[in-house]
Amino acid sequence: MFVLSKRNSMKNLFLLIAVSLGTAAAAQTKISGKVVDQRNRPLQGASVAIKNAYDGAVSDSTGKFRFKTTEKDTQYVVATMMGYKDAEALVICKGADQTVTLQLKEKLDELKAVTVTAGSFEAGDKKRAATVLSSLDVYTTGGANADITAAIKTLPGAQQVGEQEGLFVRGGAGFETKQFIDGTVVNNPFNASVPNIASRGRFQPNLFKGTVFSTGGYSALYGQALSSAVILESIDIPEKSEISASITSVFLGAGLQKITKKKNASYGFNVGYTNLTPTFSLVKQTPDFFTIPVLQNGDANFRIKTKRGIVKFYTQYATNSIGLRRPNIDSAGLKDAFGISNYNWYNNLSWRENFGSGWKLNLGISYSTNKDIIASNIQNGSNQNVTGTGKPWLDNRNFDLTNQSDLSQIKLVFDKRLSGISVLRFGAENWYGYNTTTINGTKFTLKDNLTAAFAESDIYVTNNLAAKIGVRGEYSTAIAQGNIAPRLSMAYKVGKQSTMSVIYGQFFQSPEVNNLMRSAANLGYMKADHYMMNFIHQTTLQTLRVEAFHKQYHSLITTSPINGSFANGGDGYAKGIEFFWRDKKTISGLDYWVTYSYLNTERTFNNYPSRLAPTFAAEHTASLVVKKFISKINTGFNFTYSFATGRPYYNFVNTGSQFAIADQGVTKNFHNLGFSANYLTKIGKAFAVVVASVTNVTNANPVFGYNYSHDGSNKVAVTLPAPRFYFLGVFLSWGVDRRQDAINNNL
Amino acid sequence: MKKLMIISAFLLGTVATVFAQSEKYYGAMGANLAGMGNLKTVQDHVDLAAKFERIGDAEKTQWLPYYYAALLNSWAAFAAPNTEKDALGNKAKELVNKAQAIQNSSELYAVKYMASTAQMMVDPMTRWQVYGQEAQKALDEGFALDAKNPRLHYMQGQSLFNTPEAFGGGKAKAKASFEKAVALYNEEKPASPIAPTWGKEQAASMLEKCNK
Repeated sequence: MFVLSKRNSMKNLFLLIAVSLGTAAAAQTKISGKVVDQRNRPLQGASVAIKNAYDGAVSDSTGKFRFKTTEKDTQYVVATMMGYKDAEALVICKGADQTVTLQLKEKLDELKAVTVTAGSFEAGDKKRAATVLSSLDVYTTGGANADITAAIKTLPGAQQVGEQEGLFVRGGAGFETKQFIDGTVVNNPFNASVPNIASRGRFQPNLFKGTVFSTGGYSALYGQALSSAVILESIDIPEKSEISASITSVFLGAGLQKITKKKNASYGFNVGYTNLTPTFSLVKQTPDFFTIPVLQNGDANFRIKTKRGIVKFYTQYATNSIGLRRPNIDSAGLKDAFGISNYNWYNNLSWRENFGSGWKLNLGISYSTNKDIIASNIQNGSNQNVTGTGKPWLDNRNFDLTNQSDLSQIKLVFDKRLSGISVLRFGAENWYGYNTTTINGTKFTLKDNLTAAFAESDIYVTNNLAAKIGVRGEYSTAIAQGNIAPRLSMAYKVGKQSTMSVIYGQFFQSPEVNNLMRSAANLGYMKADHYMMNFIHQTTLQTLRVEAFHKQYHSLITTSPINGSFANGGDGYAKGIEFFWRDKKTISGLDYWVTYSYLNTERTFNNYPSRLAPTFAAEHTASLVVKKFISKINTGFNFTYSFATGRPYYNFVNTGSQFAIADQGVTKNFHNLGFSANYLTKIGKAFAVVVASVTNVTNANPVFGYNYSHDGSNKVAVTLPAPRFYFLGVFLSWGVDRRQDAINNNL
Repeated sequence: MKKLMIISAFLLGTVATVFAQSEKYYGAMGANLAGMGNLKTVQDHVDLAAKFERIGDAEKTQWLPYYYAALLNSWAAFAAPNTEKDALGNKAKELVNKAQAIQNSSELYAVKYMASTAQMMVDPMTRWQVYGQEAQKALDEGFALDAKNPRLHYMQGQSLFNTPEAFGGGKAKAKASFEKAVALYNEEKPASPIAPTWGKEQAASMLEKCNK
């Protein structure tokens, strides 16, 4: 602990006092009174003083104050208090006691004002510093293995979907969640994946200073996501230069980050190589991997401070390949072989500037290109390709597919401070997407120019009442349609640390690319209406959040049983209530959070014959995340336990005129316990973090759903390729002490 | 001649007023500084800080009243429970800004360092990135203004002392800072009777701890 005593050498002071005593013999006037707020409630801690003089006092818990002054004649008494406008009163200092009441009016104050937080988890917000999920949290969530999406899954609203990547939020499918970096959307946020195995996100958590996970009702600045937005804000110039290296059971990495002497610019790069051969040789995998997952990636960045802002550039290139065989579900002697190679290049350039006089600008430009080369084959016992079986359900599994998607974006947002602390934001963006898919030599192309304009205003009526009113308009050339989406939210401070909010918003999303490629002319936007109510009680080290929501889906995409074409024939709803409690206070050094989500949802989409609970929606989901850092041994221990009730599964068959349910059921409940430990030490001159992590500690065998054979007689559970995943690694850095993050709690 | 006498009389009068004013200022500051010896509770700190702030508000051209008001708030932030650290830390920083608007001094950065460090301690794991760096930046900026300020060396020593050796801190490094601090305290010649002088004994006792 820091201990500072306040004793000084004070010889000189006594001299001074002796001198000053001589002057203090004049006549005194007693001044007393009370400081109150607009509603006449007493204000404690207001400073009351004679204007331009030293005499004064601080108001007590009943708002009262009392002091004497040697000032003469007519004087002003001034009361000041943080967050309030000053108030003055006249007093006559001629010896007679004076009594005054000073009424202070509240100032609109960014720090005190209520914010509309319903529907989102803000993290890394410097202003409030009461973060819910920081990038350090992502690293120290047991079993998340430093994957942003995996850590977000411990928050309310997200489903425990383990067989594919993406965030399934509040009854929404994975494609209904979009990720944004510095304002622009990320087209392919996950590494390439194979069926029934979830892949990791492409981006490292330490690239970002803040993460907002919005489970609905998000700002008009963002669009094209029916359910959820993950809004990531990249870091500015780091504190110090560093060289880093990682040696782990899964990947090797090296990087450099250089900051100029004046700390007004920085640049850096990282290279990485991932290979799962060592892991797979130790942990038996159920599928037969003929190409063990390998990933090469490199990234580079520069950041330059401008007059009152910053320009940032980030580029990342990655290639990866996976190939695996599984037994064919229809025929005992056959196998399904699936191989994929992926190439991805992502670029983001952003400029943030404060022009003064209330004007700010955010410019985002991004370009990404992604290519998947997929080969799917039926193979026999000796891994030879088999064609022409005469059974379409087998022959259809033989295909070659090349998919290329390019996306260019520009987004400009102006931010204008209005009177008080109210703000108006407005701007426009353009997405130009170019997609080609070639299946067995047949090429499909889709070009889409999506233009959007938006405006939003944060209006503060008082410190206790705020509203966010926004509207977003979009036009897509691919479907030749526009949409207008209003958004509205209001927040009211019900107590010193408690806020109630209500939110309403309309959200539009274009159909997925593979739908548009075949039926663009017949398709229109999918739509969701969000209604939410939220209560947050937040103190420095504790957060309680309760949110109820209702979401109405319109025009979801359905598949025709007759010719396989697509239409906006679906709809649905989702409703539920969610609880979140985070506590770093009760047990010193222990940080934990508990979440519970109740979800009731049904929808008609894809080949669903009627409104059904979708296969990715569990009724009850709960998580417990516990983190404990033990300073004595410089080690942190992190546990995450997740639970979800069973999810529905169906076998839909096409009768030729309609889809019908041939079989259905609910999977068993899902349990997962993840654990990780991180030990901070020094190896040579390098600071080192040693990380060990295990997912699914209890070796539970989760079932995410079932695959059916063509005739429905064989049903195979969709499960993990191996129940457990182990990770061991050492992260070294020369320069910045990243472990400061963790060790400073022993200060 | 007569004119000259009038002018001199006028000048003398002005000087006398200025002198009286400064006598009042030094007197009030002295009385408050004497009060710094008997502070016990957080409230004591805050009350005395308010007295300094009133002097600052009245004087308008003196940075020291705001400096002491900020200093007391930053000390209070250390002593206060977690729930109150932010308000006191922010108050200290606000007062530092007021003082800087009048005159910048390396002394103000020692206060800024303490205010940020106190705020970081509320939740070091998540707050380090913001408040830890803010504190370090304050020390760096302070040293840039005056590398011979003993209080900044003392603060740096504290920071190193509380960081384990394996992580770039430790007694050995802290000792060097405390030694430097003590040497500078011994050389220190306060610019005025009300200039900051605190920290000498504490630095010496920390140095002793490092020698053990």
